[in-house]
Amino acid sequence: MGDVILKITGVNKRFGGLQALSDVGIEIERGQIYGLIGPNGAGKTTFFNVITGLYTPDSGTFELDGKSYAPTDVHKVAEAGIARTFQNIRLFPDMTALENVMVGRHVRTKATALGAVLRTRATREEEAGIRKRALELLDYVGITRYANFQARTLAYGDQRRLEIARALATDPKVLALDEPAAGMNATEKVALRELLSNISKDGITILLIEHDVKLVLGLCDRVTVLDYGKMIAQGEPGDVQRSPAVIEAYLGGAHKNVATKEHA
Amino acid sequence: MDTFIQQLLNGLVLGSLYSLIALGYTMVYGILNLINFAHGDVLMIGTLTALSTILLLQSMFPEAPGWLLLLAGLATAIPTCIIVSLVIERVAYRPLRNAPRLAPLITAIGVSIVLQTVAMLIWGRNYLVFPQLLPAAPLEVGGAIVTVTKVVVVALSAIIMIGLMLLVNRTKLGRAMRATAENPRVAGLMGVNPDSVIMITFAIGAALAAVAGVMIATTYSVAHFYMGFIPGLKAFTAAVLGGIGNVPGAMVGGILLGVIEALGAGYIGEFTGGVFGSNYQDVFAFIVLCAVLIFRPSGLLGERVAERA
Amino acid sequence: MSAFFPQLRNNKKAAWLATFAVAAVLVALPFVVGLTGNAGVRALAFAALYVMLALGLNIVVGFAGLLDLGYVAFYAVGAYMYALLASPHLASNFPIIAQTFPNGLHASVWLVVPLGATLAAFFGVILGAPVLKLRGDYLAIVTLGFGEIIRIFINNLNAPINFTNGPQGITLIDPVKIAGIDFGRPQHFFGLPVPSVYMYYFLFVLLAVIAIVVCLRLQDSRLGRAWMAIREDDIAAKAMGINIRNVKLLAFSLGATFGGVSGAMFAAFQGFVSPESFSLVESIIILAMVVLGGIGHIPGVVLGAVLLSLFPEILRHTVVPVQNQLFGHVIVDAEVLRMLLYGLAMVVIMLYRPKGLWPAPEHGIAPHSDGKADVVKPQVA
Repeated sequence: MGDVILKITGVNKRFGGLQALSDVGIEIERGQIYGLIGPNGAGKTTFFNVITGLYTPDSGTFELDGKSYAPTDVHKVAEAGIARTFQNIRLFPDMTALENVMVGRHVRTKATALGAVLRTRATREEEAGIRKRALELLDYVGITRYANFQARTLAYGDQRRLEIARALATDPKVLALDEPAAGMNATEKVALRELLSNISKDGITILLIEHDVKLVLGLCDRVTVLDYGKMIAQGEPGDVQRSPAVIEAYLGGAHKNVATKEHA
Repeated sequence: MDTFIQQLLNGLVLGSLYSLIALGYTMVYGILNLINFAHGDVLMIGTLTALSTILLLQSMFPEAPGWLLLLAGLATAIPTCIIVSLVIERVAYRPLRNAPRLAPLITAIGVSIVLQTVAMLIWGRNYLVFPQLLPAAPLEVGGAIVTVTKVVVVALSAIIMIGLMLLVNRTKLGRAMRATAENPRVAGLMGVNPDSVIMITFAIGAALAAVAGVMIATTYSVAHFYMGFIPGLKAFTAAVLGGIGNVPGAMVGGILLGVIEALGAGYIGEFTGGVFGSNYQDVFAFIVLCAVLIFRPSGLLGERVAERA
Repeated sequence: MSAFFPQLRNNKKAAWLATFAVAAVLVALPFVVGLTGNAGVRALAFAALYVMLALGLNIVVGFAGLLDLGYVAFYAVGAYMYALLASPHLASNFPIIAQTFPNGLHASVWLVVPLGATLAAFFGVILGAPVLKLRGDYLAIVTLGFGEIIRIFINNLNAPINFTNGPQGITLIDPVKIAGIDFGRPQHFFGLPVPSVYMYYFLFVLLAVIAIVVCLRLQDSRLGRAWMAIREDDIAAKAMGINIRNVKLLAFSLGATFGGVSGAMFAAFQGFVSPESFSLVESIIILAMVVLGGIGHIPGVVLGAVLLSLFPEILRHTVVPVQNQLFGHVIVDAEVLRMLLYGLAMVVIMLYRPKGLWPAPEHGIAPHSDGKADVVKPQVA
């Protein structure tokens, strides 16, 4: 039993007549890559939004690195150490790639308005540090050459990487990625897999929503499967993949007996 | 004289006027998510047009009965307002439908200023007297005093509002309007022309504003180029109070605001021991506006604001 | 200077030359314009004042993206504060004050300006705090309401206790006095006669330059980036740990301080304040300066302020005589024409040049793309 960095239990969320999440919980160990999968509409992004403070749950306990946190203020969640990306990519479109990542450093720096106006030494040094770190991160994800270009003009795959770089700039304990591989071609996915693997090796825990089965199998240490807001399986990807409940959820009842077939 | 009843009735009159104007704001907002800043000034243009018409006819036919002149005034005010409103929609709002929200708001402010200055150029800057067209003899109702004008205002407003409710809820056009307000694209797929519906919405709002403006001028006997601003702002408050985008809400909000304002202005002297007098009357509407927008932006009858993803 | 003209960024010598040239022009200007009389220099002084106001509003509207239609409230706060502390009004209406200050209240500029800035900032927080979570148009209307509420109060706080002297305003306000130099009287420097108006002009230009520098530094800082992030996508900004509420409040109060300082200077310059100077129209004019000049772009805002404040003066000097020549009398009042053109300009600029007359230059476009937006823009709620 390793060191648990993120422990969420009993999350319920209702939207009017729809029970979007029923008693969902996950437990992630430090350094793991954890996958959250399930058919469209299962509630994966809703769960993300709950744990990062965008939605207020009807119930649930939330613990990050041993300390409990209340997911009510989005910025406080980021401050505590969970950084996320978005399913539809939410970059700052008219800011340059570099500026986008520099914004990520905001939460870990403290220059004030007064410092900026007076250009104190401390402020200038901090600015230089921010810029340096931002460049390092752009390099880390492989888009240094686009540092001074407007974020909205970057190619789709590069935008996704930029979003990851920006999230990393907040020095997170847990990096929560919402479908980072969506819309990517095979080559891009290979590069992404390598990037995520590097991030994990550098000690950051990753929580991942993903549809690409191959990616999930190759990358994740553990997965949770959601369907209609409920957890239907939890465990290692290989086991989960063979579980009848999971197959039924994805493919429908007629395929339940495919359980024993091996997949690539 | 029973002050409370008196103030209540005053509030009813005021509220009816606010409701008529508020309907224009709320319908446009419901479809376009746009605050038609210039709505109050459209009202003003119509009223001044009516005034000119009435004065002209009065000089040509000095024995003409007051109510006929009033109708003639309305007959010119309504089309004028409709035309002005449609031009504004076409020129200033339609091109900016997909622009960031700041843009149409600024154009709306610009249009408002243009309308006011044009009015200044045509009618001058001074307060103009609006003639007393309906019999001025006061009537007594339940211990309070009203005039024929006030009765007409309330009655006319009630008829119009009932008519509007029937239109929105029982006719094909009304369905089209409601559909466009919910989802213009899908409405388009169902055969509704959103542009036409939007134009009709503006036209209806403008017509109501014309009636309200002429009624205001008749009630207070005055008209001038800036007369649209305060009633416009208060009517917007009323629309927000009832729930912006919500037609019955605008009616409820209007009446409620009118009553609050009348009672407030009537009693504030007593409440504050003479510190604040009825010259603070306008502040009420502003305070209500700020309070509603801050504490319950969806208004009384509006839907709760949904959470965002 | 290179902030205004990025082409100068690589040529230090040219940048310095340009700065020097502009400074020389600014110093010589009043003397040249003054040949036609003091009115022209007065207009220039007001232009500098409006530059400060527009820059302040730009922090709120341009940097933080909050449409404030009641900005004039902060201007009023600064002006009335100075008026109350540096005029006979309080002493003549409140015996206690007359007793405590037998020579009358004559607060020094060094006290009043910081005090005005702080008071305005305080009002900025009070007015800003409840409205922060409102979206665009609602925020605009509420701030408009606040502005009007303040004006109505100023207009009516003359009974039962006479604080503000109501519609009549406060007169006999002290002029600025710095280092023994009384700005209200003509002075002599190096044998050259310098009328009072000229001195105010230099003071205001200096303040305007300071304002520009402050804004430039704010823009290029951690705070400036946070503002821009919020403007572009406030949910993503939140997710990156930015405390939206505090950052927006900071914009409101910083913007307010510009207004407060400008207000105090205005009161000293004019010697008299009344509620009329602080109407909604004033807020809209300042907004027009920001929007027409170039929202969020400091050079644009400066240009907008200068153009829109000088333009009516020029108009007045041309339109009236021309009409008198052509028609024998004035058909269209210059005042009315000015407002008409403001209104038209706002509509036309939004339709055809929404980024303003002098917008910020575009950042680099990545070479392989067609420059069009790839990112799915979040719905503006």
